[in-house]
Amino acid sequence: MARVLLFGRFADLAGWREKTIEVATLGDLRALLSSDPLLAEALAGPSVQIAVDKVLVRGDVALTALSEVAFLPPMSGG
Amino acid sequence: MSATLQTAPFDPGQLLTAFSAGREETGAIASFTGLARAERGQTTALELEAYEGFTDVEIARIVNAAIQRFGLQDAMVVHRVGAIAPGEAIVFVACAAAHRRAAFEACDHLMDWLKSRAPFWKKEHGPDGARWIEPTDRDRTDAARWDRENEQ
Repeated sequence: MARVLLFGRFADLAGWREKTIEVATLGDLRALLSSDPLLAEALAGPSVQIAVDKVLVRGDVALTALSEVAFLPPMSGG
Repeated sequence: MSATLQTAPFDPGQLLTAFSAGREETGAIASFTGLARAERGQTTALELEAYEGFTDVEIARIVNAAIQRFGLQDAMVVHRVGAIAPGEAIVFVACAAAHRRAAFEACDHLMDWLKSRAPFWKKEHGPDGARWIEPTDRDRTDAARWDRENEQ
């Protein structure tokens, strides 16, 4: 279970910005989100970053009910 | 040091006056104000999205790095988020130093970093709809300039 946040065009593509999703790992979450082909393509793009509890992560990590996972599209700067 | 994200419009003049007050040991304050452009009517509004608790932390880190690098006495950043109309200020940066060169350069550096490394997502709304903006090559080369200077 995790609180999942989508930013920028990811939220537009998915049609939601925030959702609680029942998953045990980040890999499972990515697989679940990738059932939407447009979102899958966007999430697989270059310069996409993922933050778990506001810290950027690489690879797979375990998630708890308190985890906050944010999918960050390429940043456009201020 | 202060780094603020806010949805409400701000008055750059008021911010500069407040930042400049009571500084007996400061010789120079340089400031920069960035405004939203209408792009000849192609942009009716800018929408800036931030990640609370992430974007503000990163901006504070960027400001602290500039204070260290240029030996500043103080620095401040105010950045708008949400919907911003053409002509409104988006970002205000001010740097206080003993002498002018550090203050000028720190402002320039801070803006290059904010433009290229601050975690924002920007959407332009225009007559033909809305589109998400990604950093330009120019933004990247402006920021890379400081990396090169660092190596020399």
